[in-house]
Amino acid sequence: MVQSPTINRVMADERAASFTKRSIKTKAKDAGLRLALSMVDLTTLEGKDSPEKVRSLCAKARRPMPDDERVLGERLPHVAAVCVYPAMVPVAAEALEGSGIHVASVATGFPSGQYPLDVRLRDAERAIADGADEIDMVINRGAFLSGRYDAVGEEIASVADVCAAGGPGGRGVHLKVILETGELETYDNVRRASDIAIEHIRDGDFIKTSTGKVSPAATMGVTLVMLEAIRDAWLGSGKRIGMKPAGGIRTAKQSLHYLAMVKETLGDAWLTPELFRFGASSLVDDLLRQIVKRKTGRYAARYDFGVA
Amino acid sequence: MTNRLPITKTYKLFIGGKFPRTESGRSVKVCDASGAVVAHTCRASRKDLRNAVEAAAKAQPGWAGANAYLRGQILYRMAEMLEGKRAELAGAIAAVGGISDEAARGEVDASTDRLIAFAGWADKYPQVLGCHNPVTGPYYNFSVPEPTGVIGVICPDEPSLLGLVSLIAPVLCSGNAAVVLASESNPIPACVLGEVLATSDVPGGVVNILTGLRDELAEHFASHREIGGVLAAGVSADHRRLLEAGAAENMKRVRVLGDATDFGDDAAMESPWQIEPFVETKTIWHPASA
Repeated sequence: MVQSPTINRVMADERAASFTKRSIKTKAKDAGLRLALSMVDLTTLEGKDSPEKVRSLCAKARRPMPDDERVLGERLPHVAAVCVYPAMVPVAAEALEGSGIHVASVATGFPSGQYPLDVRLRDAERAIADGADEIDMVINRGAFLSGRYDAVGEEIASVADVCAAGGPGGRGVHLKVILETGELETYDNVRRASDIAIEHIRDGDFIKTSTGKVSPAATMGVTLVMLEAIRDAWLGSGKRIGMKPAGGIRTAKQSLHYLAMVKETLGDAWLTPELFRFGASSLVDDLLRQIVKRKTGRYAARYDFGVA
Repeated sequence: MTNRLPITKTYKLFIGGKFPRTESGRSVKVCDASGAVVAHTCRASRKDLRNAVEAAAKAQPGWAGANAYLRGQILYRMAEMLEGKRAELAGAIAAVGGISDEAARGEVDASTDRLIAFAGWADKYPQVLGCHNPVTGPYYNFSVPEPTGVIGVICPDEPSLLGLVSLIAPVLCSGNAAVVLASESNPIPACVLGEVLATSDVPGGVVNILTGLRDELAEHFASHREIGGVLAAGVSADHRRLLEAGAAENMKRVRVLGDATDFGDDAAMESPWQIEPFVETKTIWHPASA
């Protein structure tokens, strides 16, 4: 059983808020906007998702701005992954083939996690078999809040085993553990849940704040607590765990605040899509607006970038 | 009573129904004829303009979706509120000097009447600008005017209140949202109008009022793609060229009223043709039953 430190909420929030005060301008801003774009897990998790919508999202993932070469004189990076429900994985896998963009599937009884363990594992297995190379699992918050930490750890370990064994040629797929911090009540709980997850996942796997179905979703404060858990694991055992804040990050400015926080908490090594992601859907359009504004000096309209 | 220092007011911007300071932290002194400072106003930056456009774009669909009768009632309510602030507005108009108290009161009254006129037009202009077109074939064919979206309104220096009201009333009447740049020589009436709007029933974001310099902001009104049209009066030839060149890039409509414009001419300024430049015509074909 891991011993987690307690968190001083006031100071954590204060520290997190301080990252919004960094002056990121000109070249640093240009680089930051493009880096943020390359870190987006473009997400659609709605009951009304259709294959057509997912294909359209995948097209946007491959080429966020189809006329980038004409308007900007450069090819913008593609996003990191497309994140969908398990039923949509075959569609996304086909649409993204050969693009280098990951297919992420939420699984294990998303978003509640309130299903029997065997059903949840089967959910993940099926998504991997259908072509997902990243699994975004949810933890059982009910078990966590009633103090059954071992049960939570064992569940995470079971899903991690499924992910380690799956994928093309059995090379394994990446796992992201969603803590759903909006339901964990305190920063102490967020830290403890982070430590439990980190203990049971492999190098290169992620911890993730939220499903996007609960408010509040990602905040600067919880993200900082989780980044510090990742830092302590890195300093302690050398394990490199990624971070994914998800939900509520809609503006380019917010994304730069998060990047400043990652850089100052974990260092440049984490400023890569391999170790940091944004779970978002509308963020991409705002990033594009800012990139266009920086280049042309003109503000773009919201409808300039196709909906996906 | 001891000599008391006068409290000169520092006016803020009016964006999204709130009164933020300019993000740039800059201000402009407004002085009377003798050079004494009567108030400070914000010197808005392009980022304030951007924020105002965001707020307008967010509010506009709801305003356009409100039924015409309700929009008319809200414009009428604006007029009522103006009537209630008659003395303060007249004082603001006269504050910078060069205009008599009586003329200032007359300007407030004319502004109130102008709002009333367009309150009346709100549910009537579609019948004037729209039509039922004769077509060959068993169809009903209608053309109906719809609001353009977010309109940038650049106000003349004089008249500071009547100019502003005359420009925004027809724009709002059809369901557009407005981002307004107030008179440069006397922005105080515009600031007071913002305070009036905040307590009227106009939804936040439908009217946004910036104070600042046309030199800094005109080009961004022209180039911002979310602004669907620009209505300006009393601008210099240079600013007019800037607006037209910037708008050519994105095909937005620019209407510039010339210096000869008489804002006191009710027949011209209260005509439904003031509404027409910032509506789009939608034509609908509907099968007629045989």
